[in-house]
Amino acid sequence: MAVNYGSRRTVVGAHYGLRDWLSQRITGGLMALFTLVLLAQVLFARGDIGYDKWAGIFSSQWMKVLTFSVIASLLYHVWVGMRDIWMDYVQPVGIRLALQIFTIVWLVGCAGWAIQVLWRV
Amino acid sequence: MTQLASPPRTARREFRNINAFTDLTTYRLPPAGIVSILHRISGFLMFALLPFIIWMFDTSISSEISFSKFKAAFNSGLGFFPGWFFKLVALALIWAYLHHFIAGLRHLWMDVSHAAVSREFGHTSAIVTLALSILLTLALGAKLFGFY
Repeated sequence: MAVNYGSRRTVVGAHYGLRDWLSQRITGGLMALFTLVLLAQVLFARGDIGYDKWAGIFSSQWMKVLTFSVIASLLYHVWVGMRDIWMDYVQPVGIRLALQIFTIVWLVGCAGWAIQVLWRV
Repeated sequence: MTQLASPPRTARREFRNINAFTDLTTYRLPPAGIVSILHRISGFLMFALLPFIIWMFDTSISSEISFSKFKAAFNSGLGFFPGWFFKLVALALIWAYLHHFIAGLRHLWMDVSHAAVSREFGHTSAIVTLALSILLTLALGAKLFGFY
């Protein structure tokens, strides 16, 4: 490997290898499963979907647990994907680091909001 | 040792340091390449619109009152934005989700099946991905805009 210390230290770089690839598959798979579970509950609901039925879907504890893990999966999945985009298109280290920090703040903020909403139901 | 199921047929011109204005317009992108770049674009779109997605989740589920506010936003608009604008943004998200979802399943299928890693499967599955996501978007869009 090339020199990676001093002024040549890699500040923002890829995690090469299996880890990101595998986590992207697992988190994506979990979200796909969630999509099917939610879709089934919407499609098999009898009559029109009003507030009661819609909120009722998320009121059970198992659905809360599943949705919570999906929010966590989404957070990590989007982080890996967005970091790939910044690494491909943004070369200057300072701007890339700033965009990565923005991405983290954006994602953690959104995840916090979604989790708060989930336990309001 | 894994080998490509279908080796390249002919030597092609190499493109390096592609210029966005002079090369991209003449660059012939195969269907698999279109699926790939749209996978990225749809992912970015959903990332950028994440607050809108959670806003929809929030207003639709928090209370009876917020639920009616949610419906009103899509039917008669909210604040500065008209109702059709909300529907249009939602439709863009529907397409992004469908494309990302189907292209993701295509990835997973190629991960578990060696037979799927071929030029032919890459081509046909890319066309299926594009067609299915667009057709489903049209069907759901027609529902969203009240055509049936």
